[in-house]
Amino acid sequence: MSRKRTSFPVYKGRFGVAEAERLLWRAGFGPRPGEAQRFAKLGLRRSVNKLVNHRGGTRLVGPAPVLKEPLTPEDAWGHDHLWWLDRMVRTNNPLQERMTLIWHDWFATSNDGVGSQRLMLRQNYLFRRSSLGSFKSLVLNVTKDPAMLLWLSGTENEKGNPNENYARELMELFTLGANARYTEKDVREQARALTGWTAKWTDSGPASFRFVRARHDAGMKKVFKKRGRYDWKDACMLCLKHPDHAGFFVRKLWSYFIPVPLKGRDYKKLRAIYIRGGYRIKPVVQAILMHPAMYKGPRMVKPPIVFTAGLMRTRNAGLTTDSWAWLSELTGQRLFFPPNVSGWDDDHWLDTGTFRGRWNVAREATRDVILDPGNAAIVDSWPVDETPEQALAAVQAFWGNPTLSSTTSTVLLDFARTAGAQADEREWRKRPYRVMRQNALRTLMAMSPDEQTC
Amino acid sequence: MNANRKISSHACDEFNRAQLLRDAAATAGSGLPHIEPGMPMPAGTGLSRRQFLLRSGAFMLTVYGAMHLDPMRMGEAIAEAAAGPPDPVLVSVYLDGGADSLSILAPVEDPIYRQLRPTLALPSDIGTPFADDPRLRWNPVADSLRTLHEEGKLAVAPSIGYENPDQSHFTSRHYWEVGDLNPRLQTGWLGRYLDVVGNPDNPLQGLSLDYSLSPSLAPAHTAVAAISQPSSYRFGHNNVWGGVDDAMVNSLEQLGSANKNSRDKGLRTAAKASEQAMQLRRQLLPFATDEDNRPPALTSPVEYPTEGGDFPERMQAIAAMLAIGLPLRCVTVRASGGYDTHDDQKDDFERNIKAASDTLLAFQRDLEARGLANRVLVEVWTEFGRRVKENGSAGTDHGAAGMAMLMGTRVQRQLLGEWTGVSNLDRDGNMRPSLDYRALHGAILDQWMGFDSARVLPKVRSFTSPSILN
Repeated sequence: MSRKRTSFPVYKGRFGVAEAERLLWRAGFGPRPGEAQRFAKLGLRRSVNKLVNHRGGTRLVGPAPVLKEPLTPEDAWGHDHLWWLDRMVRTNNPLQERMTLIWHDWFATSNDGVGSQRLMLRQNYLFRRSSLGSFKSLVLNVTKDPAMLLWLSGTENEKGNPNENYARELMELFTLGANARYTEKDVREQARALTGWTAKWTDSGPASFRFVRARHDAGMKKVFKKRGRYDWKDACMLCLKHPDHAGFFVRKLWSYFIPVPLKGRDYKKLRAIYIRGGYRIKPVVQAILMHPAMYKGPRMVKPPIVFTAGLMRTRNAGLTTDSWAWLSELTGQRLFFPPNVSGWDDDHWLDTGTFRGRWNVAREATRDVILDPGNAAIVDSWPVDETPEQALAAVQAFWGNPTLSSTTSTVLLDFARTAGAQADEREWRKRPYRVMRQNALRTLMAMSPDEQTC
Repeated sequence: MNANRKISSHACDEFNRAQLLRDAAATAGSGLPHIEPGMPMPAGTGLSRRQFLLRSGAFMLTVYGAMHLDPMRMGEAIAEAAAGPPDPVLVSVYLDGGADSLSILAPVEDPIYRQLRPTLALPSDIGTPFADDPRLRWNPVADSLRTLHEEGKLAVAPSIGYENPDQSHFTSRHYWEVGDLNPRLQTGWLGRYLDVVGNPDNPLQGLSLDYSLSPSLAPAHTAVAAISQPSSYRFGHNNVWGGVDDAMVNSLEQLGSANKNSRDKGLRTAAKASEQAMQLRRQLLPFATDEDNRPPALTSPVEYPTEGGDFPERMQAIAAMLAIGLPLRCVTVRASGGYDTHDDQKDDFERNIKAASDTLLAFQRDLEARGLANRVLVEVWTEFGRRVKENGSAGTDHGAAGMAMLMGTRVQRQLLGEWTGVSNLDRDGNMRPSLDYRALHGAILDQWMGFDSARVLPKVRSFTSPSILN
């Protein structure tokens, strides 16, 4: 039937626990205890539907942060990061939070250039509000967002003294892509169209961001071979209506969920879904999450903050230390500080440096429940005859029974045997070494290639 | 912002200190036979004992680490490097964001410059004339560069770039890093070089002293590394010791090697990171930090600037690593600060370029004091220069031709290409290039590394490379 030919492909294979885990990691921050099993029972369509059409309001569930001081995300150093990480850990609407993270990466604004946690949070609310809404409103709102106006020199861009910073990135990074059909002349003319925004600098930082007609260059511009007396809204709409926009948008959005490029007929169909939806984000995300490549394709490296939040979600644990803020820098993803305006390099999360950062994260994630091999109460109650298999099973249960490959299970079991042999070498070691084996296995499992990816 | 960074690194130090206290005690515990029968050390003992252990442990760590290395698996790369003639080392220093060359070497008397730079032009009586082109004067904040230049250890390419310049940071930087005008190329020019000449067991051969790997070093298959500081590269666990810790680290490596040939690309990526991290850990054991002191291997015979972010300490670490014979070949590092100066350029720029220049001079002096100067060439580069006409925000927008420099005792002092001036600009109002960056990359590979650059730089034969060495 012709209707079938035009529809976007949908995954038809088995949707078991492994597939549900993948969905929950890529469209959120990993499963809570038992959640992957529940999603597997629902099946693909209802699972995706549950994520994209979240019902019953967004709530934070599970243990609230227990920190030295109450969270003041607008002020205290690091509390911006902790505040958002807590949302990632506790939200009952994970796709909304994941989309917020995607928009933060897409319109990458760094507090390094903004210098105000308050304005960064204001932008963060915008991203959360727009998570699955209209990309058109998102672009218009981001263009006049105070943090963005500061970050890409929007407040410096005035009639007679155009500043190209935002105009260039609006096209290159936000709406059209580096290889799209536009010229250096277009960048300069768009910069003129975008003139007029300003702020007042007060003792407590920049305030009253507004459009001032006198600062706007109302003259004739020529953009993409069309002439007009364009203003900032026109500048955005010219980009959104550019023939290269829809293709750029769907390819980039796809790349956040699926690590193989979107090509051929699927590309055209997904673009058609976006165009038919009139800039609506939700139908595109929904289609991506149902696509066969989502479940059949290769695994993706979890972004560091997703990995971190997931370690807590999977144990239904909350934030108990403010170390998460600086530990995130070692993993290569400190929230509100993307490395530059093109966002994080989502294809290269892992190297020898960030791998060590993740080691610290994995260790920190078990600190509250660490088993002290010098603590008599713990050691004396430990089963002296615990087998390597039992030790591994206990750790797997600790992390919510994630699916592991047989290769990885074998390596972990080998370690459990080696440590077991070390324990049995001397009588006094039997229990404390088994306790240490448990600590080590927890960290090793979290660091295994299986758990670094989804 | 700076205050934030300070707090953050302060927190890091504190964490490391607390962590090291436990880790070092634990590692020492496994390596010191006389305490072994005495029972589980770190967790159950008092602080004074720990400190004692730590002090001896720190000493032990350095020595112990070196003795503990498995010669079958680890020593090969170092042994090889030590046995043969030492490899030439390239240090690539990146000025991130597109540095304004006209504020380093300024045509102070040029009326067009003064007209296009009404607020940013340097005073016309400032600085010292640039010996290779009297039209230009050194900005006094870059006085360390002038010193190096007068000593004949610095060559300047004042107008370097490529035809049809791209004014996007990411594209232009990418072109420099991959060594070709190809937006889709996925490996860096130095990564491809190491693919040919490197040893897959030696991740230190291509090292980014940074939180993540520089794309210039991205190889197709050989091992390379990124670390923020060599002294902090440890994989301890406060409640795992007594030999279980060594087994744990081995297992982490095995998780890598067992999965590195997986059919799944994602698993392969994670597995490779795991395996390479463990290789690197073994190589860096001599740098493990103790509680209060710098690791002995990291001390330096010269003073480095105290300003300038991580750059001075990282350059110092490079010299220190070379001094103990670690097999480095290509190292990348980002210079102090960011150079994307769209607004209020002057203060930030001058502070950053001063810190960067002073650090380069300190590094050169350090190498000379250690007798390593003939082994090292430094390339300083940036993705483009900036627009000649300043913008309305006392800053400058993206330009085209910019500046690169070569530093080292074997560098031939000369002008690499010529300064193309501010009166003959391209249609975007940007400086024109007189030297293609691929010619410079090519000269480094051909003349410094002794490697046929055409094997890794596709278009290099279409340019004439300058002669760069004495």
